[in-house]
Amino acid sequence: MANSPHKMLFHKRLEGPQTLGKGKGFWSGFLLVLAAACVYPLFADGYDVGNNVYFFNWVFMALGLCLIWGYGGILSFGQVAFFGIAGYCYGILTINWGAAYGLSLVALGLAVVVAGLVAALLGYFLFYGRINGVFLGIVTLSFTLVCERFMAQTAGPQWTVGTARLNGFNGMGGMPPLTIPWFGNDIILFPDVQLYYLILALLVAVYLGLRVLLNSRFGNVLVALRDNPERAEMLGYDIRRYQLTAFVIASMLAGLSGALYTAWGQYITPSSMGMTAAALPIIWVAVGGRGDITTTLVGTLLVLAGFQALTVYGSQYALVLMGALLVITVLAAPQGLVMGVVNLTTRLWRRFTKEARS
Amino acid sequence: MTTSTPILETQGLNKWFGGLHVTNEVDFRLDPGEIHCLIGPNGAGKSTLFKLLLGEHTPSAGRILFEGKEITIEPSFARIRRGISVKFQVPGIFKELRVHHNLEIALQRRLKGDALDAEIERLLGFLNLREQADKLAGALSHGQKQWLEIGMAVSLRPKLLLLDEPTAGMTPDETHATGEVIQALNAEGVTVLAVEHDMAFVRQIAQRVTVLHFGAVFAQGTIDEIVADDRVAAIYLGQGYD
Repeated sequence: MANSPHKMLFHKRLEGPQTLGKGKGFWSGFLLVLAAACVYPLFADGYDVGNNVYFFNWVFMALGLCLIWGYGGILSFGQVAFFGIAGYCYGILTINWGAAYGLSLVALGLAVVVAGLVAALLGYFLFYGRINGVFLGIVTLSFTLVCERFMAQTAGPQWTVGTARLNGFNGMGGMPPLTIPWFGNDIILFPDVQLYYLILALLVAVYLGLRVLLNSRFGNVLVALRDNPERAEMLGYDIRRYQLTAFVIASMLAGLSGALYTAWGQYITPSSMGMTAAALPIIWVAVGGRGDITTTLVGTLLVLAGFQALTVYGSQYALVLMGALLVITVLAAPQGLVMGVVNLTTRLWRRFTKEARS
Repeated sequence: MTTSTPILETQGLNKWFGGLHVTNEVDFRLDPGEIHCLIGPNGAGKSTLFKLLLGEHTPSAGRILFEGKEITIEPSFARIRRGISVKFQVPGIFKELRVHHNLEIALQRRLKGDALDAEIERLLGFLNLREQADKLAGALSHGQKQWLEIGMAVSLRPKLLLLDEPTAGMTPDETHATGEVIQALNAEGVTVLAVEHDMAFVRQIAQRVTVLHFGAVFAQGTIDEIVADDRVAAIYLGQGYD
């Protein structure tokens, strides 16, 4: 019996052919994890909560990369460029404006928009120039390295925007944290618990929003052009427009990561757009399983936590191990380690239920 | 030949790849409602002509018109939206996606909701793929892949259907059945242009035949006229003629 999962209603698109997880079991688990994440700050100390904020910050960029790479088949090696652009944007705007009247939130929004505009311009030339495959990776990587080089030479006092010093490799610091205006008594989202809840809410919104987007007609075309771009075009889809849209959304998510990171740490440096920084998101997404946003989300958090544990507990080789992890993933579980575990358990579960029935 | 506007027309179409002249002054017209086969020895430029018609290659010189409107430099997707559809030689399907999902993607520009579901169901029945609806398209047999792609191409409700060796790799029975489907579509008003090697199949479906040789139109006529033409036999046997 054919089971066409086409759904008219918006909320029904939360599940569908492009996302793992459906039915009561999955969503009960989702709510349980969400509830645990909500009560977690009540039991943990401030440092750990802040640390989780740090992890969550990166996930937006990873989800964006999953969207274009995993679903759209476009490997962008330069998502950190948009991370950095939005981070610097947030810094420049808030240092000049301050954080009163909700201006830090406006700056956050504008930083994301600027990242999106830059992505639209770069993406226009890439996709309308029909550049694809490995060349896309090369151009996007070059772009982020150019951004890094440019910011690296801004140490001199002549490099200021208003009152904000760009400060070269010393990094730009001193920007105010996110602040919500509240009847004469502003809520400063710093350092941990309040910011944690804001970012958790954003993360849930982005995750669910992406699920809906991926199971929509747009998502259908995206996976179609990953699979066979020629056929997708010969069904009447302007694939360049779909690629560009996905790239802009992904880059805005990278920008969101960058602006939130800058607000959280009150600091941003050019190395956030460097070679190492550019490689890490690829590892998070590949290890989790780029074919699905849930495995990407879980994988990213696991790898980030593992990476931090390695660096904190004395290993000088954390980056080398990250590289090794990528190689192991590519060789042993090309779909991703988390995805591999999911597939294995599904297969075992099927066999188990089949045996139970017979 | 009728005097109405041709559904597809090329005027002085040329394509060079470096020094290689693969399409040579092709003037070609396709009347609405006909089934036309394009034949010719390997390397005659049939595939290149198809790619020019589809917008995958840009002509070096000449014009292409669809229903009297110039489409020479239009991107592929825009030509499809005008009413052209294509079935590739190597089955152009979405291998990593399920069969019903393939059809959904083909249909979703035109239909949504219950109408979309109903049309997917109807097509699955028509293509004899109902059992395979939840399979990955890449896991289908070769013949089934061909059928799925025909289904996807047809689901756009094209005015003109381009078929690049639609029966390649099919059994004689499948080939014959495919011919019947093409004739049924034609009866509904779809114009068909097919590249084909199988002369039995050409005889089954073609109303007119064009022979390409060295990128140029070599002969044109009914299948009987073409078969009776000694020059055509000569190029197929790889011999020159004086």
